[in-house]
Amino acid sequence: MAVLVDEQTKLCVSGITGHEGSFHSLNNRRYGTRVVAGVTPGKGGQDVEGIPVFDTFHRAVEETAANTAMIFVPPRVAADSILEAEDAGIELIVAITEGIPAHDELRVFNHLQHGSTRLVGPNCPGILSPGKANVGIIPADFFKAGNVGVVSRSGTLTYQIGNELAGSGFGNSSIVGIGGDPVPGSSFVDIVELFEADPETELIVLSGEIGGDDEERAAEYIAEHVSKPVVAYIAGFTAPPGKTMGHAGAIVSGSEGTAAAKAEALEAHGVRVGRTPAEVAEIAVEVLGA
Amino acid sequence: MDLLEHQGKQLFAKHGVAIPEGRPADTVEGAVQAADAVGYPCVIKAQVLIGGRGKAGGIKVATDQAEAEQHARAILGMDLRGFVVNELYVEQASEIDEEYYTAFVFDRSAKKPLAMLSKVGGMDVESVAKADPEAMRMLHIDPLIGFQAFHGRRLAFEAELAPDLIQPVGTLLSRLYETFVAEDAMLVEVNPLLVTPDREVLALDAKVTIDASAVYRHPDLSDFRAEVGVDPQEAMARERGLTYVALDGNIGILGNGAGLVMSTLDVVAQVGGSPANFLDAGGGSKAEVIAQAVEVILSNDNVTAVLFNIFGGITRCDEVASGLIEAFAQIEPSVPFVVRLDGTNDEQGRALLAEAALPGVHTESTMLGAAQRVVELAG
Repeated sequence: MAVLVDEQTKLCVSGITGHEGSFHSLNNRRYGTRVVAGVTPGKGGQDVEGIPVFDTFHRAVEETAANTAMIFVPPRVAADSILEAEDAGIELIVAITEGIPAHDELRVFNHLQHGSTRLVGPNCPGILSPGKANVGIIPADFFKAGNVGVVSRSGTLTYQIGNELAGSGFGNSSIVGIGGDPVPGSSFVDIVELFEADPETELIVLSGEIGGDDEERAAEYIAEHVSKPVVAYIAGFTAPPGKTMGHAGAIVSGSEGTAAAKAEALEAHGVRVGRTPAEVAEIAVEVLGA
Repeated sequence: MDLLEHQGKQLFAKHGVAIPEGRPADTVEGAVQAADAVGYPCVIKAQVLIGGRGKAGGIKVATDQAEAEQHARAILGMDLRGFVVNELYVEQASEIDEEYYTAFVFDRSAKKPLAMLSKVGGMDVESVAKADPEAMRMLHIDPLIGFQAFHGRRLAFEAELAPDLIQPVGTLLSRLYETFVAEDAMLVEVNPLLVTPDREVLALDAKVTIDASAVYRHPDLSDFRAEVGVDPQEAMARERGLTYVALDGNIGILGNGAGLVMSTLDVVAQVGGSPANFLDAGGGSKAEVIAQAVEVILSNDNVTAVLFNIFGGITRCDEVASGLIEAFAQIEPSVPFVVRLDGTNDEQGRALLAEAALPGVHTESTMLGAAQRVVELAG
């Protein structure tokens, strides 16, 4: 088992004919992901190394029964593409695109509340279920199948933590990047809930950062609903207030959203917090045994 | 991106939010001309991105031309809590009957816009709101239906506004919401929202923050951006498309991905160092970008050592190594570098660095080891 993506995933990529889109689609296919279609308006009928390209998501879904979408188009058209995928009946949308205007994300998020489609991202590295499927840009070679579920707001930090875990001998059920934007489609709570229900996952690693209150909400949720051990990491202890730290969502305003406040909230609810990525792996060893 | 008062008011005017007549100026002569144009009495207002400008002496009333000149001369160039005043806004003086507060905030937690209205406005709105939270009326707006007339009525009635103000305040709020959405704002705040003795409702101040990701679809805002003073390294980084935040330490930091860079700053601090900056070279950084990033980091004289912490995903470590080699060819840095390369093409990257044997460049295999090393070298 894994969460969100696995052997059942049938992926359709929006922006598959672009430079990055084609590179990562083919990379995902090479890993074993079933990449069944691509969408680029005006390029229907073409193919990308055998992957058929359609003009619309609706045609792609009709022809290939795609159930998962990956969004690789530029920010100015990304919200439209997400809404199109949802309208076409896609169940899971993974949005890699960085720099989507916050108001677009807000409209998309509120619209998706009325249906059953799940959005992961935007501005995220995607989802990897080692040995099963890779949807996104996570360098899969560093990870093997195992019992640690990882959910993170950041891409490269996920690789760093995954690498430390791998160094201690751990593999992963799934690695889910939820993205560093102000309005992520899926929250920590949404993904932690999936890991709690996933029989393969025995430990959940939550990697947060400054800004917003998603970590605090996760802390409360974990205390009430999660039976599995959770280890957390928070980045941004040294971030000055009022400055955006690269991710549009990573800003400390006033006393809210600081790394210290998040770590405190998590610890108050029984979640152990590693002070460095390496310490996360050390705690994992303590919890699960090496 | 935070806007100055007069920039925010320009957006208000565009969307029909009532404001007093006013004009910007950046010289004493210009301010006097502006004062003559709007008429006396007028208010000379410092244009800086801080609250409490009035208390700090940055807002003065002029009853005639001589006073306008005197105030403009005094305020231009003034240091207001670390911000030098380079611009003024000259505004028609308004008669004040009541001062309210209103705002639309992008509420990340609720994932909806939050409308706020209070009869308690003016200078100390934060402390008043704390003392009497009931006085601040708040309402989440569904972005799919937008701000409706009933939202305005509900807020105005709940805030216990006088009956004759329900409709005009509702109208102003509705236009303010239009500004918030149409201009991609993260915040529009009016404090005070003014009621004149003639029962006119006006926005006397404007605090507007625009979503940086949306600036591309507002070409008129690009003029504003240049005017707001920023740190020289930050400006240089922005020109090169890099994300840079100045900090006050001595260890220059470069990494790929915001989360990893934040984590790198934390780890450096934990082992006793003090970072000079946050620099995210971004995903898929090419050699040229890395070379430019090195230039930005070293343009800060406080830097005594530099740490590269790269975990390659999209970013290829060999590109990072080539960039560093290129940077050394161009600028011959005089401070030591510690480089940690892991991930995509890490072996090729390390081989390139070994071959180039750059002076003062040390390689480390772990993040923690690299942090410890750079702290030692930085002194």
